[in-house]
Amino acid sequence: MSSTFEQVAAIISETSEIPLEEITPESHAIEDLGIDSLDFLDIVFAIDKSFGIKIPLETWTEEVNKGLATAEDYFVLDKLCERIDELVAAKA
Amino acid sequence: MQLEYFQMIDAVAGFDRAGQTIDARATVPMESPIFEGHFPGHPIMPGVLLIETMAQASGYLVLALNRFTRMPFLAGVKEGKLRTFVEPGAVLDITANLVHDGSGFAVTSARIATAGKKLCDASLTFRTMDFPKPEFATMMRAQAERIGLDWETE
Repeated sequence: MSSTFEQVAAIISETSEIPLEEITPESHAIEDLGIDSLDFLDIVFAIDKSFGIKIPLETWTEEVNKGLATAEDYFVLDKLCERIDELVAAKA
Repeated sequence: MQLEYFQMIDAVAGFDRAGQTIDARATVPMESPIFEGHFPGHPIMPGVLLIETMAQASGYLVLALNRFTRMPFLAGVKEGKLRTFVEPGAVLDITANLVHDGSGFAVTSARIATAGKKLCDASLTFRTMDFPKPEFATMMRAQAERIGLDWETE
């Protein structure tokens, strides 16, 4: 079974046409990979479906806007994968 | 349909909250300024307006499901297929179903048929946002009432 990162990287690569080898755990989805907001919606949709979760994107965005969290907390891929694993665990 | 006012849905034939689907009807008008340009002497319903028709049916579906608490704005069209020409007078059966209710977005699948023949279909993505002002929500509820969308029942 592939890791969370491998699944997420595959989704990003397919959705945003970014070569898989350019996507690393340290990549920032927006700053490094240049994913725009609409592509990010498609990515979240695919992640929601693949993992059977609902990423609380609005809550995350609000937390970043209010300074309660940094964008890196959610949009650097290893952090994003940690959040996904937490959501999957909470669902079980 | 009042194409010039972007009122693409004439009536809701059914809304199924549990099944997350909506069925709607619309008749393409025999005359419209749009047909004067698309095309002179050969009127055809513009494909973008068929996409808009599917988007509006989907939008009413999302509004009904969230009980008019948030407004869906069309953000993406995928796999849009326009399978045949649609002429003035065509009676359209529009169906949309919710594919995914995300955080701040929704994805629907929509299609239009006439006399049982599939005309077009698409996967649509919407951003769902708070209404920019209360009057906007009031106006959308009035539009829903106009087309007979009964969204308050279970």
